Amino acid sequence: MLEQSGFATVALSSIRGQIETTSPPRALHCEFPLGRPLGKPNDADFQREVIEHAFALLDETSGPVLVDHPIEIKDGSDSPLSCVIPPSDTSDRSPAASEALGLLPAWKRTHKKYGRSTVGKVISSNQVPDMLDLFTRIADGEDWKEVGLPGDPTKIAADIRNFYEEASISLSDSSPSARSAESWFVNETQAGDVIQKSRIKMKESGTNFYFWYYLLPMTQHHEPKDS
Amino acid sequence: MSDKQVRSMLEKLDGFAFDEVPWTTPKPLSESRVAIVTTAGLTVDGNADWNPGDQGFNRIAHDADELTLAHYSPNFDRTGWIMDKNVVFPIDRLNEMAAEGVIGSVAETHLSFMGAQPDHTLETIRLDTGPAAAELLHEDNVDIILLTPV
Repeated sequence: MLEQSGFATVALSSIRGQIETTSPPRALHCEFPLGRPLGKPNDADFQREVIEHAFALLDETSGPVLVDHPIEIKDGSDSPLSCVIPPSDTSDRSPAASEALGLLPAWKRTHKKYGRSTVGKVISSNQVPDMLDLFTRIADGEDWKEVGLPGDPTKIAADIRNFYEEASISLSDSSPSARSAESWFVNETQAGDVIQKSRIKMKESGTNFYFWYYLLPMTQHHEPKDS
Repeated sequence: MSDKQVRSMLEKLDGFAFDEVPWTTPKPLSESRVAIVTTAGLTVDGNADWNPGDQGFNRIAHDADELTLAHYSPNFDRTGWIMDKNVVFPIDRLNEMAAEGVIGSVAETHLSFMGAQPDHTLETIRLDTGPAAAELLHEDNVDIILLTPV
């Protein structure tokens, strides 16, 4: 559509089947982690090489042109990030809320260092512990519509997860590989467990697909074992 | 190996297919003005929420420093974006290439839509917001567009 308007376009592709369907004039397919189309954060040389590789397709005289970048970068979902959650004095809170309170200083450090956050679809970082109290009630069997969530549960769950992942950047010794913070959140934190249990309860109670399916990444849906 | 699973699932989804592949012959790279158009759902006003189905776009000034990735899908990594915006929106790389004369110049304004649209006909983008985006890019005398997904 932009090409038709007189621009020469070059697409970075992340899903090969989709780019084959869409068939844009010029595309460089990159098997890089989803969410990192230039491949490597804080690696200017690598990013520059990807762009130059893509711009080289402008030399072609006819299309469509679809070229594969020779380097593959795997995500780190099989290796959850290793980080210790700081304790906090919150004896009257649910375990997940207490955990989130302990993470707040780390989240603030990440925010100060990088100046970016993806928290805020519905709630702020300060509200994460309170939301985990509400999700704990859903996980314990209360109707999700009755616990007082201030908006779309999938967006609040995204705010919670993004808060955890952003906090983990400041708690880890090295930069997290793609999805390693996600795997840590889902599989090793109280909050991840609460969201997973809430998802299962909502699914079992016949909740609309959208509201339980998007509570967690689709590759992190762990169903209860058959008993 | 989550990305492998996600890719195998999403590869089967319907996508929009054009009848013909359009083609514009570019000027030499060193004389071209370059803009980024991304589908990452970037915002410039601090808003972290972009509704699935919203086929609108945002203008991103070349020197905007407070960007938020507001995409609705939970199925991709965001930590890379937090640590380095260039891994999604490589504005610093383009500025370096312009300074070295590899590209002619960097556009004043870049654009972000949001991908993973549930309406695969993309009617609003094709008939409304897409043409509006093209007009803005023409006004900025853009020649080449780098398209980045998430």
